[in-house]
Amino acid sequence: MLRKYGIVLALLALIAYEVVAVATAFLTVVATFGLGMVFLFPPQVQMIRALTELTRKLVRHSSGIEIEAPYLPPPPPPQRQADGMYRHGRTLYKSPRVPAWSDRWKWMLTDRATFRDALWMLLDPLVKLGLVPLLLLMPGRGLRLYGLWCEMLLGPTAASRLASQVSHLSRVRNLAVDSQAAEMRRIERDLHDGTQARLVAIGMTLGAVEQLVDDDPAAAKALLAKARDASAETLTELRRVIRGIHPPVLAERGLGDAVRALAMDSALKVTVDVDLPHRPEAPVEAAAYFAVSELLANASRHGGATRATIDISTNGPNLRITVADDGWGGADPAKGSGLSGIERRLAAFDGVMALHSPPGGPTTVTMELPRVLPEYWAGDLPKLPRWKMITVVTLWGTAWCPLFPQGIVAAIFKIFGVDEKTWFLALHLPAPYQWPVIALMIVLGTLMYVAAVAIPANHNREVWMCNATPTRLWF
Amino acid sequence: MNRVLVAEDLYLLRDGLVHLLQAHGFEVVAAVESGPELLKGLLELRPDVSVVDVRLPPTHTDEGLQASLAARRQVPGLPILVLSQHVEQLYARELLADGSGAIGYLLKDRVFNAEQFVDAVRRVAAGGTAMDPEVIAKLLASNATHEPLAALTPRERDVLEAMAEGRSNAAISQRLFLSESAVAKHTAGIFAKLGLAPSDDDNRRVLAVLAYLNSR
Repeated sequence: MLRKYGIVLALLALIAYEVVAVATAFLTVVATFGLGMVFLFPPQVQMIRALTELTRKLVRHSSGIEIEAPYLPPPPPPQRQADGMYRHGRTLYKSPRVPAWSDRWKWMLTDRATFRDALWMLLDPLVKLGLVPLLLLMPGRGLRLYGLWCEMLLGPTAASRLASQVSHLSRVRNLAVDSQAAEMRRIERDLHDGTQARLVAIGMTLGAVEQLVDDDPAAAKALLAKARDASAETLTELRRVIRGIHPPVLAERGLGDAVRALAMDSALKVTVDVDLPHRPEAPVEAAAYFAVSELLANASRHGGATRATIDISTNGPNLRITVADDGWGGADPAKGSGLSGIERRLAAFDGVMALHSPPGGPTTVTMELPRVLPEYWAGDLPKLPRWKMITVVTLWGTAWCPLFPQGIVAAIFKIFGVDEKTWFLALHLPAPYQWPVIALMIVLGTLMYVAAVAIPANHNREVWMCNATPTRLWF
Repeated sequence: MNRVLVAEDLYLLRDGLVHLLQAHGFEVVAAVESGPELLKGLLELRPDVSVVDVRLPPTHTDEGLQASLAARRQVPGLPILVLSQHVEQLYARELLADGSGAIGYLLKDRVFNAEQFVDAVRRVAAGGTAMDPEVIAKLLASNATHEPLAALTPRERDVLEAMAEGRSNAAISQRLFLSESAVAKHTAGIFAKLGLAPSDDDNRRVLAVLAYLNSR
C-alpha cells in the first residue's frame, strides 16, 4: 500500500516537470519551425522520451501493465563510401556528423510516436489531476486506470510494430544473403581449384593419347589408364563438393535419416532420436542439418568427446534440436567461427541457439527454429472453449426446429390451405401475424445454421489472425 | 545365361550398361527408367540379377532403393545390385538388414572398370555380396577405435576389408598377392579375434562380418 502511495506521489510530482516540459516544447516548436533553429529539436525529443520512459517504468511497477516503447529503430550510422565521403541525399560530406544528424532529425520527425508523446504530455497533467481523488482513495484501481491511459498513447501501434518488424527482417535478410554469398564463394572456389583443374588435366592427357595412339599404343594405353584414374578422382572430389552444397541423403530421405547417416559416419558414438511426423521445408532441413553436422564436428575436433546424443523433436510448430556431447566443454561462440556460423544460418529462420558448455564439460547445445513447421502438425490447434462448443452443438441440434417444421412446413400448410394446425406456432396466431412469424422462423433457423458453421470457422481464423497480425490496429 | 534388369534414368548410362552387360554374355530382359516400372519388372520378371540406380523418377529421391527393398520383402533374396552417385552406411545397412545376401551396393564410378563391375554383377547373381570399398572404409573408420578391431594386424585389416567387400578367398589372394592358404589363415585369425564362428561358405562369411561391423 505504502509503495503504491509512493508511486502516486511520484506521478503527481511529475506534473510539475511535465508543465515545464510542455512550456519548453512549445518554445522549441516555435524556434524550430518558426525561426529555423532546428538544432533544438532532437534534445527536446530526447527529454520527452526520457519522461515517457520513466512513466512506462512507473506504470509497470505500479499496475503491471507492460508498455513497450513504440519508437522506430534508430537509423544506422552513415556508411563511408569508397572515396572516403559520406553521402546524404545528393550531397557529399567529409565527416559523418552532418549526415548522422540529418538522419536523426528525420528519424525523430517522421516517427508518429514523437507526436503521440507530445499529445500525451499535453493531456497527462489534466488526466492526473482528474484522477487524484481515485488515486488517493483507491490507489490500486486508480493506478490501473492511469496505466490504461498511458498505454493508449505511449504503447506501440500496429504501424510501429510492423515498422520494427520490417527493420528486423531486413537485418535478417542481409545476414542470410551474406552467408549465402559466402557459401557460393566457397563452392566456386572448390569447383575452380578442384574439379575444373582436374578436368583440364584429363583433357590434356586425352590430347596426348590422341597424338601417341598410332606411334606408341602401349604408352597411350598407360595414359588412358591415368586419365581414367583422374576421372575417378574428379568424381570423388565432386561428391565432396555436392555433400557440402546439399547432402544427397538429405534430399532423398529428409532430416531424420540424414542426421542418422551423419551419426554413422561420425567417429563419435552418436545416439540419434528423431521425432518428426513430416518433413519440414527444404531450407529449414538444410539449416538444421548443417548446424548438427558442424556441432558434431566441433565435438570431436575441439571438444575431445567420445559420445554424443542428438535429439530432434517438435515443440508445437517449432523445431527443436538438442546436441549434447561428453567433451571437455568451454565452447565459446566468440572464439570459434563455427558456432557463429550456425547462429547466422539459424537467424534466417528467426532461430536461436542456446549453448551450455561449462569448462570441463559436458556441452549441450539447444537450437529452436520457431514456426517452421505447419501449425496442424502440432495437434494442439487451440480447441474451441467449452461455452463455444456447447453453443455450436446446441445450434446444430435445434436449428432444424424453426427452419423446417415451424417455418417451411407451416408455410406450405398455409399456401395449400391445409386445416391442420398441429404444433406449428404461427398457425395458432391471429391471421395478420402468421406470415411474419413464419418468415421470422425461417430467418432464425437459417441464421442458427450459419452461426453453427461460422463459430468454429471464425475461431480458427481468430487464431490465425492472432499469430499473423499485431494486436492493436488503431493510431 | 543370366537374365538382367537394368533400372537407370539417364539414357546414356542406361544404354552403356545394357551394352556392357550384353557384351559380357548377359541377357537384358528389361531396361526401365522409373521406380514403379522397376518394382513391376522385379516382381513380374524375377530377373536373375538387377542393376538399379538409387535415384529414379518420379520423385528423384531414393525411389530405386525403396523399390528394391520392397521387392526383396516379397521375394527374399532377389539378387539386386544397387548403384549410386554416393554411398551411405545408412543405405548399406538397410540393404543388408534382411541378412539374405545376394545384394550389392556400388558407386557408379565402379562401372568404369568393366571387368570388376561385371565380376560384381556375377557375384550378386550367384547369391554373394558386393559392397563398395568406400562403404567398407566408412564402416571400418567408424569402428576403428573399438577394441577387437583395433587389435587386428594391418594385414588382417586388409583381408577384412576385401572380405567385407564380398570377395572370395581366391580373389583376395590375387589382390593382396598372398597364397590362398595365407588368406585362409588370416581369415581364421580375424574370426577368432572378433569372436565369430568360422564358416567355409564365402557368402555366409561375408554376411557375418558385415553384420558384426553394422552391429557396432
